[in-house]
Amino acid sequence: MLVPKVLIIRTAGTNCDYETRYAFEKAGAKVDVVHINILLANRKLLKDYHILTLPGGFTYGDDISAGKILANQIKYNLEEDITAFINEKKLILGICNGFQTLTKAGLLPSINKNYQEATLTFNDSNKFEDRWVYLKVCSNKSIFIKDTDISIIYLPIAHGEGKFITKDETVLNTITTNHQIIFKYVNERGEEAGYPWNPAGSIQNIAGICDPTGQILGMMPHPERYVEPTQHPRWTRNGLKEWGDGFFIFKNAVQYVKTSF
Amino acid sequence: MYSRIEVFLKNEFPDPLGNNIRSEIETSGFRGVTNVRVHQVYIIFGNVSKNTLNTIAIRLLADTITQDYQISDSGSGISDYGHHIVEISRKPGVMDPVEQSVLKALRDIGISIDGVKTAQKYIINGNISNETIRSIATKVLANAKIEDIFIYPETANYNHGNTQYSFKKQTLPLLDADNKQLEEISILGQLSLNLQEMQAIQRYYQSINRDPTDIELETIAQTWSEHCLHKTFKGIIDFNGNKIDNLLQNTIMKATKELNKPWCVSVFKDNAGIIQFDNHYNVCFKVETHNHPSAIEPYGGANTGVGGVIRDIMGTGLGGKPILNTDVFCFGIPDTPPDKIPKGVLHPMRIFKGVVAGVRDYGNRMGIPTANGAIFFDERYIGNPLVFCGTVGLIPKNKCQKEAHPNDLIVVAGGRTGRDGIHGATFSSAELHEQSEQTSGGAVQIGNAITEKTLLDVLLQARDKGFYSCITDCGAGGLSSAIGEMGQDLGALVNLERVPLKYEGLSYTEIWISESQERMVLAVPPEKEADILDLFKAENVEATVIGRFTNDKILRLFYNSQLVGEIEMDFLHKGIPRLERKATWHRPVFEEPALPEKKDFGTDLKKILSSWNVCSKEWVIRQYDHEVQGGSVLKPLQGIHNDGPGDACIVTPVLGSKKGIVVSNGMNPRYGDIDPYHMAASAIDEALRQIIAVGGSLEQVALLDNFCWGNTNKPDRLGSLVRAAQACYDIAIAYGTPFISGKDSLNNEFVTEKETIVIPPTLLISAVSVMEDVHNAVSMDIKEPGNLVYIVGLTRPELGGSHYYHIHGYKGNNVPKVDAVLGKKIMNTLSQATNCKIIRSCHDCSEGGLAIAAAEMAFAGGYGMILHLSAVATEGGIHRDDTILFSESNSRFIVEVRPEHQKQFEKLVKDIPYGLLGKVTPEPLLKIYGLNDKLIANENIYDLREEWQAPLRW
Repeated sequence: MLVPKVLIIRTAGTNCDYETRYAFEKAGAKVDVVHINILLANRKLLKDYHILTLPGGFTYGDDISAGKILANQIKYNLEEDITAFINEKKLILGICNGFQTLTKAGLLPSINKNYQEATLTFNDSNKFEDRWVYLKVCSNKSIFIKDTDISIIYLPIAHGEGKFITKDETVLNTITTNHQIIFKYVNERGEEAGYPWNPAGSIQNIAGICDPTGQILGMMPHPERYVEPTQHPRWTRNGLKEWGDGFFIFKNAVQYVKTSF
Repeated sequence: MYSRIEVFLKNEFPDPLGNNIRSEIETSGFRGVTNVRVHQVYIIFGNVSKNTLNTIAIRLLADTITQDYQISDSGSGISDYGHHIVEISRKPGVMDPVEQSVLKALRDIGISIDGVKTAQKYIINGNISNETIRSIATKVLANAKIEDIFIYPETANYNHGNTQYSFKKQTLPLLDADNKQLEEISILGQLSLNLQEMQAIQRYYQSINRDPTDIELETIAQTWSEHCLHKTFKGIIDFNGNKIDNLLQNTIMKATKELNKPWCVSVFKDNAGIIQFDNHYNVCFKVETHNHPSAIEPYGGANTGVGGVIRDIMGTGLGGKPILNTDVFCFGIPDTPPDKIPKGVLHPMRIFKGVVAGVRDYGNRMGIPTANGAIFFDERYIGNPLVFCGTVGLIPKNKCQKEAHPNDLIVVAGGRTGRDGIHGATFSSAELHEQSEQTSGGAVQIGNAITEKTLLDVLLQARDKGFYSCITDCGAGGLSSAIGEMGQDLGALVNLERVPLKYEGLSYTEIWISESQERMVLAVPPEKEADILDLFKAENVEATVIGRFTNDKILRLFYNSQLVGEIEMDFLHKGIPRLERKATWHRPVFEEPALPEKKDFGTDLKKILSSWNVCSKEWVIRQYDHEVQGGSVLKPLQGIHNDGPGDACIVTPVLGSKKGIVVSNGMNPRYGDIDPYHMAASAIDEALRQIIAVGGSLEQVALLDNFCWGNTNKPDRLGSLVRAAQACYDIAIAYGTPFISGKDSLNNEFVTEKETIVIPPTLLISAVSVMEDVHNAVSMDIKEPGNLVYIVGLTRPELGGSHYYHIHGYKGNNVPKVDAVLGKKIMNTLSQATNCKIIRSCHDCSEGGLAIAAAEMAFAGGYGMILHLSAVATEGGIHRDDTILFSESNSRFIVEVRPEHQKQFEKLVKDIPYGLLGKVTPEPLLKIYGLNDKLIANENIYDLREEWQAPLRW
């Protein structure tokens, strides 16, 4: 049986590669963490993989704006290769800084290809925050969450620039009608609520979206930080689950590759 | 020739940064500001066409979804819309990470420019005078020590281009100098060398019959600085008539030696102490202080403090991977009225916010969880804030030893060298005074976390490939200390002109002693040169060969093949005359309060909960990423609402393994005012209590000491230091917990024309322990109604230095003491209980005693408690409720146990003092019954939580 291969791209300031690798390996994938310079020098490398992942961190210090410099490196050097990657029905996951990067590179929401239609900007609170949030799964368009009965999950966010904004109403309506909104911030009862449940002040409480094909997922919360039961902030109260809420995202991706390639 | 690109949010978007600054301005006491918007300004140097500028703005600088931009040429200066306009930029030579990123990003899209500089432009609306704007600019927006301020109609002017350096070898007339001249040379050169030391240097140069060059004298000053050498701890002390030859070896290191634990891998010799972890890895831990720089520039000081201690871990053995940060601060009182602030001092609130931001930005960018810490407030820290930065690292078992060899190449890697941080080592060894900001501005630095992260990424690969034989960090003293230490038993030859510079104009001496951040020095075997340089290049990290180690035990410094310095390593490292100092200590006597007996203690309870030292630090904790790397098992915030104050933190550095690392800290300067011995003992007990409370054990606990004291040239200060050190020995031996590393920062005194403000003697004890199975972890929040609540340990009449006395304006004398024999028995028993998994929650009694611990457990758990003080095990004849409620006696815990485990638990604790206090109730009330069984406190837990959270809810 085929072993799904995951490429985690790292560069200056990437810092969630270790736990993201762990999550994919736990899900049964083979993972390589590769520096962007190596990929830029040999773009064919991408062909060897089924899942491309941009992990969390502060690429290039988030100087100028979060994920921007890496987004340009991708936009101006890897555009065709990534289009080809998507045409081969392969998957791309961007977590936190990875989501910011994909959005600024025009890969999300990607209604009109490769053209920035949304952004993630400074939290309304104007400060970096680390807190756990409840997420409502709003659509199963994304392959990463396909065929799951899960409706609400609990994951941590840790960011200062997580406020999701679309270019205009049209983009917002389109991603809504396309079911590209995958995760929304909600309270423990599953209702949409304001701060702190929606920590950055995203429009319509949006926490994660996918592209029209459902193959690219970007999300601000960190699924890789809740794959082990002991990562839950209240496991000493509620006991240990079999695995963390974030794990199914990696499992689904790996499962998809196993069945489709 | 330059152009300006201003980037700003479109009007329809709120400006969070601007709003934030508006409230900052308000809280700083300036009324009338209605609105603030911030423009990010990029100064683009070089002859760049309008088209290119547009491309730069659209493709890189502006996020076109939310932002607009505006291009103007250098002439136009600051455009004049809005009410008041202030533009602030970092002074030339001050690190600005954004500049480097912009240049890189422009290269990526094929645009080359001469250089870039950034600035922030504040457009401030409101009915405010120009004078007010000026003080807003200096007091809120900028730090004039590192930033230039332009207030419209002044036009900002920026120039690019550097002063050239023309070589001239400098020597100092030492041979025939008299004592007065010797002292002058030391003062003028900011060498912080005393007369005795200057004389020793003079004798040495007389023996070789020449005057020293400036770089030689600087090298000696760096190496002999208190900061690098710990002369006080290693000197000779006459303590009330008893001679102590090397306090460190006779107390702290002595305990480690006598305990002789097999799991101690490396102690007191490397950049950090190392203990065993599992079959593959060891754990290293180091805590540093960065006090003086943080006093002058809080953001940069704390920022580089974190960066520095992380490099200590990167330079331990052949390099550890940082897995956890811990940060402890001491500040003045945040709401001190501005007119009570001494001249030359920043407001404590500003220092607090700046320090937190500095720690946040560095730790978060490095991807290291900051999961443990503490903040202590006392008015005496107003001129000398304390910033303790600690890092825990994971290091492969076979990478813990290092040794440079003759002919190994000296490679400097990471950041470039600039004029920043000149004289940090000597400056940090001196007292601060009103003019410190002028004379020591050079010691102020800003870090660049990403430079350090890229350096770390490559170093760990190079380490595993065996590309270098030795490594150390460039910290205090810069290359001088790093190469001086590494080559101590070898000798070294350095070509200073090869060191990559941030900008031209540095003298050979500045290059040598600069404390520019993010640099490491490696010893590379010649045959590995190509490999390691390629590896660095592949990830855009600069690495340069600047010399080689020799075998003649001489340090030779060249600049463009001219010999500018030549010192024997033996004199450099062994030539310093040992300090001989008098120390004395007499127990002070404070007024013993006679507080009236009370019927209800709700008010006192709330007063303590809302006091600066006890209140919630959530505002700080949430700004730190405390979960990156995925290992957090017990987080700093716990309980049903994720907001209760945890004791120690637990992480699993190897994902998938149940083996954990537990980290805690203990500190209580107020006890030190009464007796530093019991302060130190209590600090150790507190650090250990926290480890036990979360389910750890005393099996394998290592301690770190960080002493921050006043001027130890004064016998009373030195005497209290000796008392504290003696306690460290006694208690470490009794608990069987060795010290593995430590550091001291002395001379923490601030001199104004009126008075000298001395910090309270402050000892931070940090503890690290290994936990076999993190599934045994216990949090502090009460879990289920109906469960039983016990207190374990003895409560004594020990209110001296307590929070209860403090809120009533007293210190008292009866400071908490440590009975380590009993304490050890109690802690071992509790560990057994947690191993049986019969402890539902546990919290140690420290600040505020039993009452505060119980309140915290209750509101963290979301349930109430009914408690009876008559059940508390006491000693020393306690007849008052307040004593039992608020005494801060050591080695005590409050424990929650399910009814079905009552027998099993009581059987376990039968040989130690304990009492069944009461039980957990569904109704959210904390009800406490006094000795005479009358209700003496009856408070809603959410009211208590509100009191506790309100002070720092910013």
